[in-house]
Amino acid sequence: MSGFLEIRGLSARLAGTGQRLLRSVDISLPAGCVRGLVGESGAGKSMIGKAVLGVLPKAVEIIEGEILLDGQDLQKVSPAERRRLIGAKAALIPQDPLTALNPSRRIGPQITDRLVDILGWTKARATTRALEVLAEVSIPEPERIMRLYPHELSGGMRQRILIASAFAAEPKLIVADEPTTALDVTVQKQILKLISELQARHGTALLFVTHDLGVVSKVCDTLSVLYAGKVVEDTTVERFFAAPQHGYSSALLAATPRHTDPSSSLKPVPHEVLETVAAEIAASDAAWRPNGGARG
Amino acid sequence: MLDGRGSIRRRSGARLWLSAVWLTLFVLAALLAPWISPHDPLAQDLMLGRLPPAWVAGAEPGYWLGTDSLGRDVLSRIIHGARIALVVALIAGTATCLLGSALGMVAGFYRGWADRLISRLVDIWMAFPPVLFAILLIAVLGTGLTSVILAIVIIDWTRFCRVVRAETLNQSKMDYVHSAKVAGFTRLRTLATEILPNVLPTIIALLTLEMGIAVIVEAILSFVNLSISTDQPTWGGMIAEGRTSIHQAWWVLVFPLVALFLTVLSFAQFGDGLRERFDPVLR
Ligand SMILES: Nc1ncnc2c1ncn2[C@@H]1O[C@H](COP(=O)(O)OP(=O)(O)OP(=O)(O)O)[C@@H](O)[C@H]1O
Ligand SMILES: [Mg+2]
Repeated sequence: MSGFLEIRGLSARLAGTGQRLLRSVDISLPAGCVRGLVGESGAGKSMIGKAVLGVLPKAVEIIEGEILLDGQDLQKVSPAERRRLIGAKAALIPQDPLTALNPSRRIGPQITDRLVDILGWTKARATTRALEVLAEVSIPEPERIMRLYPHELSGGMRQRILIASAFAAEPKLIVADEPTTALDVTVQKQILKLISELQARHGTALLFVTHDLGVVSKVCDTLSVLYAGKVVEDTTVERFFAAPQHGYSSALLAATPRHTDPSSSLKPVPHEVLETVAAEIAASDAAWRPNGGARG
Repeated sequence: MLDGRGSIRRRSGARLWLSAVWLTLFVLAALLAPWISPHDPLAQDLMLGRLPPAWVAGAEPGYWLGTDSLGRDVLSRIIHGARIALVVALIAGTATCLLGSALGMVAGFYRGWADRLISRLVDIWMAFPPVLFAILLIAVLGTGLTSVILAIVIIDWTRFCRVVRAETLNQSKMDYVHSAKVAGFTRLRTLATEILPNVLPTIIALLTLEMGIAVIVEAILSFVNLSISTDQPTWGGMIAEGRTSIHQAWWVLVFPLVALFLTVLSFAQFGDGLRERFDPVLR
C-alpha cells in the first residue's frame, strides 16, 4: 500500500562540500495520518520538510531518491508544475509566527491571496472561506482581524492565523516544522490541541517536525527517528514508547524528562550510543556509491 | 499619554509637519515664480547695487532681501532659483530612485550572477569620488539641465542600489517569503507583493533624501559654473557670486544658502517622517 506522501531512498548533499545531509531516507505517510520526525538539532528534520515542499536551499542538491506526492514524483515534473502541485496539495505551518506573516500586509489578503491567485477561487469565496477557518481556530471577530496587521496581534493569535491559513485550501498534506517552539508553554498546549483537532476533522496527512517526544506521544501515529540525516528507526508511537528498537531511540527516550516526574532533568545521549550510530552510518556510507560518481 | 510610542509619534509628527510646510512653500515658489516674485530676477540696475535687506539701515522699500552687486533683487532670484532646484529634485531624484531600487531588488532577491554583476558594478562605481565624477561627466556631456540630471542619476544610483539590495536580502530570508514559495507564487510576484511593501518605506526615505542631494549637487555644479546657463538664476550660482562680495554684501551669499539648507533638510526630515507614517510596524 502506498501513502499520500512517499519518500523513497532520498539522499541529499551540500553542493559545495559534498557533505551528506540526507542518507537514503524512506518515509511513508498515508492520507489522514500523522508522522513525527524527531532527532536532535541538525539531524535533517527540516531538510525533509523542505524537500517535500520543494523549498530546499539552493546549496542543497538531491542526489537520488524520489518524493511522491499523491502518486506524482516531484523530481520528474517541471519546476512550474512542481510549484503548482505542491501549492494545491500541501501547506506549511511554520515555526516562527513573528516572521511567517508579512509585516506590511493585512491578515485578510495574506490568507485569501493564494486561494484566489493559485487555486483560482473568486474573491468572495476566498473571503468566506477565510472567515470560516479563522472561526475554526477560535479567532474572535474574524472580520476585524482580517483588517489588522500582524504586529497588532499576539504570537499565539498569529500562530492560529497561520494554522487557519494552512488549512484554508483544504490541503491533503501539511508539514508543521516545530510549530510551537516559539510560543509560551501555556500557548503551546492550546496550539498543539488545535492542530490535532483540525488534522483529525479534515483528514489531513501531517508531517510533524519536532524534537519533543512528549509532543510526539500526543499528536503522532507513527514516527521516524533521524540521526545525521538517516532514519534509524521507523515505528508506531505505541511501539516506540513501549520498546524502542534502536539504541539511539532508547537513549533519546531516556534523555527526555518525564512530565510526570518533575525531578528528572534532560540527560545527554550516552557517548557509546552515539559512537555506535556513527559507525553504522559510516558503514552504510562506505557501501553507498553515488550513481556515476566515485567518492574518495 | 506619556508612553514612549506616544511621545515619539508626536515628535516625528512635528518634524513631518514643519518640513512639509517648507517644501510646500518651495514648490509654490517654483510654480508661481513669474507671478509672485517682486522684481525681474535678471533686471540689473547699478544704481541699486548691494542694497541691504529690508530691516538693515540703508534698505530700499520693495527689495526685501536686498540686491546683489549688479542690482538684481535677491528674493526674486531665490524664488526663480527654486524652479531649477525643483525640476532637478523631482526628475533626478525619481530617476535615480527607480534605477537604483530596481537593480538593488533584483540583486538582493535573485542573487546568483545578477547579484554578482550588479554588486561588482556598484563597487567600481563607488571608487570614483562623486563630485569629480560629476564634473568629468558634465565636461563630456556639455552643460545644461539634462546633463545635470543625467550626471546625478549616473552617480547616485548606487546609493539606492546598496541599501535596497541589503534590505531585500534581509526580507528574502523571512519565513513569509518561504511561505509564499510553498504556496506556489512565482518569484516575480513574491518580489512585487511580498517584498516590495516591506522595502518601500526605506525607498521612500531614500528618495526624499536623494531629492535633497540632487538639489545640492545641482548647486555645487552651478557653483563651479558647470550647470545651467548663467542667465537663469540658480541657488548655486547665487552662492558663487555672493562669495566674491561676502564682506560688502553678506546677504547675497547667505539667503540662497539658507534656502538651500532648509530645502535639503526638509527633504530628509520629510522622508523620515513619511517612513514612520508608512511603516505599519513603526506606526
Ligand atoms: N541553507 C543551508 N545551507 C547549507 N546547509 C544547511 C542549510 N540549512 C541547513 N543546513 C544543514 O543541514 C543539516 C540539517 O539541517 P536541518 O535544518 O534539517 O536540521 P533540523 O533537524 O531541522 O535541526 P533543528 O532541530 O535545529 O531545526 C544541518 O547540518 C545544517 O547545518
Ligand atoms: Mg529544523
